[in-house]
Amino acid sequence: MQKIYPNAEAALEGLLFDGMTIAAGGFGLCGIPERLIDAIQASGVKDLTVASNNAGIDNEGLGKLLRTRQVKKMISSYVGENKEFERQFLAGELEVEFTPQGTLAERMRAGGAGIPGFYTKTGYGTQVAEGKEVKEFEGEAYILERGIRADLSIIKGWKADESGNLIFRKTARNFNLPAATCGKVCIAEVEEIVPVGSLDPDCIHLPSIYVKRMILGAPYDKKIEFKTVREREAA
Amino acid sequence: MATQVETKGWTRDQMAARAAKELRDGFYVNLGIGIPTLVANHVPQGMTVTLQSENGMLGIGPFPYEDEVDPDLINAGKQTISELALTSYFDSAQSFAMIRGGHIDLAVLGGMEVSERGDLANWMVPGKMIKGMGGAMDLVAGVKKIIVVMEHVSKNGEPKFIPECTLPLTGKNVVDMIITDLAVFQRGNHESPFRLIELAPGVTREEVREKTTARYDD
Repeated sequence: MQKIYPNAEAALEGLLFDGMTIAAGGFGLCGIPERLIDAIQASGVKDLTVASNNAGIDNEGLGKLLRTRQVKKMISSYVGENKEFERQFLAGELEVEFTPQGTLAERMRAGGAGIPGFYTKTGYGTQVAEGKEVKEFEGEAYILERGIRADLSIIKGWKADESGNLIFRKTARNFNLPAATCGKVCIAEVEEIVPVGSLDPDCIHLPSIYVKRMILGAPYDKKIEFKTVREREAA
Repeated sequence: MATQVETKGWTRDQMAARAAKELRDGFYVNLGIGIPTLVANHVPQGMTVTLQSENGMLGIGPFPYEDEVDPDLINAGKQTISELALTSYFDSAQSFAMIRGGHIDLAVLGGMEVSERGDLANWMVPGKMIKGMGGAMDLVAGVKKIIVVMEHVSKNGEPKFIPECTLPLTGKNVVDMIITDLAVFQRGNHESPFRLIELAPGVTREEVREKTTARYDD
């Protein structure tokens, strides 16, 4: 079975529909599936619910889909540094389900692992707990959170072999792994596709079973939100 | 004479240095954004403290040199950082499993308000733009010890250590220690009241009392 597609548009063929739910990897602009986001923008699909830790920044990442008003609802933990997001949110044009970061990651992991709900201490006694079942275990209160099942997962990896075994690089792994597991279909874009057998089987981060389609997205012009450096001491 | 009486107190960096006194050899620690980040500069010589970044890293190194900047290597504040020999990377679900699962020894966070019962509010001001709680609610729910570092009063001079939080909560009954520019408060467990255990240089018990509306043991 051929998983490699010539480009993002081809990989998305037959998968997009209005009102669908998409789970996206990335943290800030680190490890975001930018080729797939561009192709989703170009497709014009709308009324999307997007589960992603962040919403990109103005005109970068998911910020592009916000600008074109293709997103109806975000499920996110942190959405700062995005003026267009702020405008739409304050105008009531965009719905946001604020979800604690760890709860969001676990909702994706659980959804992908066949677990429809789980109890967590996170958010107990806060707004996040409103309307959710509370249950006590060993004298401590936990709230019920639901697993996320998405119609589509879009992720960014570093290297994949032709079968879809995939590895990430440094902190670009983040939400890409849990997001990959919770979609009915996962499309991965990667920087390099290598022959089967080139990656050490003991070091695969995401086994090929989760990756249904993939594209070579290189070359990437990776963006940095806050470049911070230190000075070299004089020799 | 129009001589102003100035409070001595602690600077932001001195508050961070005070928080660093709570570090122990072998600790795994998560530092929030702002003053808490400065704690990393005060790890005592010879002590091994491993810093966790909730976007998926244990063993945060210093900011990189210009020619080492890597867009795939950032901290939870989205700043570029470097790795150490002992560094490991993992995904967000694993990262919060170690946070929620009680494997992190200490978290140092900023605060807008702390209540006398240890509630923390630090993520949202209603009516203003809401950015989201990020990982703060998970950290206060799961980390063994929570230290809040904050100014003792707001910019308008309002106390921040108060009987009941007025802002939406990040966590209920979660704070173990409060370090302000004026004093340190601590409690032995989540059932006891906070106790004033230390004063910043030049600060009196009366001044702290005057600028605090929360009940605490003196």
